[in-house]
Amino acid sequence: MIFTRRDALKTAIFATGATLAAPAIMRHAALGADPIKIAGIHDASGGLDTYGLPMIACLDYAVDEINASGGLLGREVLLKNYDPQSNIQLYTQFATEAATKEKVAVVHGGITSASREAIRPILKKFNTLYFYNTQYEGGVCDRNEFSTGSTPAQNVNKLVPYVLKNWGKKVYVIAADYNYGQITSKWIAKYTREGGGEVLATEFFPLDVTNFGPLISKIQAAKPDAVISALVGGAHVSFYRQWAASGMKKQIPLASTTFGGGNESVVLSPEEGDGIVSAFSYFQEVDTPENKAFLEGFHKKLGDKAPYLGAELAMRTYIGVKLWAEGVKRAKSVDRMEVIKALESGISMDTPAGKTTLDAKTHHTTVDVFLATCSNHGFKVIETFPQQPPADTASVCDLIAHPNENKQYIVDIKI
Amino acid sequence: MDYAAVVALQILSGVATLVIVSLGLAVVFGMMRVINLAHGEFLMLGGYTAVLAYGRGVNLWIALLILPPIVVGLVGIVVERLLIRRLYGRMIDTMLATWGLSLALIGGVTMLFGNSVTGVSAPLGNFSVGQFHVSVYDIFLMFAAMALSMAVWAVLKFTPAGLLARGTMQNAEMASALGVAPDRVYAVTFAAGAALSGLAGGLIAPLSGVVPTMGTAFIAKAFITVITGGAAMLTGTLTASGLLGSVSTIFTFLTTPVFGEVALLIVAIVLLRLLPRGITGRFLRRSL
Repeated sequence: MIFTRRDALKTAIFATGATLAAPAIMRHAALGADPIKIAGIHDASGGLDTYGLPMIACLDYAVDEINASGGLLGREVLLKNYDPQSNIQLYTQFATEAATKEKVAVVHGGITSASREAIRPILKKFNTLYFYNTQYEGGVCDRNEFSTGSTPAQNVNKLVPYVLKNWGKKVYVIAADYNYGQITSKWIAKYTREGGGEVLATEFFPLDVTNFGPLISKIQAAKPDAVISALVGGAHVSFYRQWAASGMKKQIPLASTTFGGGNESVVLSPEEGDGIVSAFSYFQEVDTPENKAFLEGFHKKLGDKAPYLGAELAMRTYIGVKLWAEGVKRAKSVDRMEVIKALESGISMDTPAGKTTLDAKTHHTTVDVFLATCSNHGFKVIETFPQQPPADTASVCDLIAHPNENKQYIVDIKI
Repeated sequence: MDYAAVVALQILSGVATLVIVSLGLAVVFGMMRVINLAHGEFLMLGGYTAVLAYGRGVNLWIALLILPPIVVGLVGIVVERLLIRRLYGRMIDTMLATWGLSLALIGGVTMLFGNSVTGVSAPLGNFSVGQFHVSVYDIFLMFAAMALSMAVWAVLKFTPAGLLARGTMQNAEMASALGVAPDRVYAVTFAAGAALSGLAGGLIAPLSGVVPTMGTAFIAKAFITVITGGAAMLTGTLTASGLLGSVSTIFTFLTTPVFGEVALLIVAIVLLRLLPRGITGRFLRRSL
């Protein structure tokens, strides 16, 4: 037999390939068949990374937990994390790649409503199940998508009555100038009016505005009893600084639908942040045995690298993965329709954030909502509202009656 | 009445902010004709210097007012030596190079310190105008803007260094023939411009917070102000800041910050249509 140079090369390549692949093959062998591929698309860099990085940490942690307890259906769960760098174009590119090239069983991802609306149609088109795990303005009605974060009927609906009852009836609303802020400010107006209050003014700010001096003077001239903020992102944090610097923080109290979703409470000094009230479906400081156990495991695994989880975004990502895993277990398959049907069968789960139940009609969740006040770089929970249904989306969306619906309703709020 | 006083204060503070963020660019672009697209990142570096120094226990005023101009001035010397020096008179190339520098600085700072907002609380507390509360730091910024402008004016007008700089910018060959080393004058002027930008970054850090991409919010306004100002760099920057800052703040009060920005841009466009060489291309031509 003649052993040519080409043969030698082939042998070498095969041998190298086999050696490199061996650990992977052996790892899969331990858990039986092929791994179940899933994808995460969260901003690990760029302007939104303060939200994205804790979400990714929780996503990784949830998948590790599942694999440590034997995987799903005897198969390992293989997570691929994409970093869209706070760039919507990359979102669409990665969603397409995850759905077509990787053929993943589910995509968890999207932070802003803009990124969600960019990838939702793509995943629908390619029949890939989608979980959106962020607090948002509500109204998405799409059988292929599950929204596990809280919506205005759950958080604004608790925040506004608190403000009206404790601080007074006249409120001044300031919000970020894109769909989240525009729609949320309408909800604030609705609940204020229903509570017998009055919105003195509503102002919108593009995400790059850092000079709030004129606004602060205008607020002082309007003399409200309270200010409600739906400001978003890093630049808007300077509002809280300037508000405190002008001495107004001691005069007029501040509540927010967004404060704490990012790292606001961490970067502001206690003088600037303390006392601001927020409502979310989770705070790291929630005092339950489940949450304590979760944080213990989380910190044990990540050590110093464990991010501060703040409000709900990261925790909802963890819960989203767990809900999906429960759906797969019940369906005994990763087939998209089978899993959707299983998820619609009324899955309820005790989580670190309290009991979370998936609602078949809206594909949203019933959650516990917490009111908390910012205190020394963290939060102190002051009130808990158990089991709040997603009433806003439920008023417009019924996926049992209309399974083929695919749109985001802008809930009609008359002001 | 109180409200009028507060609005007036806000207008002055808007003008002061424009002056502060534009002065460094006025030196680098207005005097030297170097289109420095990394001006915003010089501000950002100044802001980071202030915040990091304060975080490590440096006295707040040293962190805000002393360290940023020194650090960014040094950065300016290095940048001039490695980049700008090779590109004098080549406008397009300078733009590309400084744009690249701007991206590199944003990327570098993001890698080192992460892409999250940090900052320091504004010092000095607040005072009342009637029933209104105003931050004392806003007033401090107005005085800082005045002091900086006067310092720049005094240096250019009364010191030999200022005379050399003005002479060299007007006619480098003649200055060279008279025994001045234009290289050195250019280097020092660029470093001075960078130091002014760094100081501006330190001054605005307590108001805006610092983040690697913060420069983009200021660079367009700085360029518009300097270009609208025209040939006489100091008078031009001051008059343009006064006009644009007032218009923008007044419209912000009347409507929203969005229209405030729109109004600023419209005024700048109309002005440049009527006075293509800037305000000082027509008025106050003999000033500095």
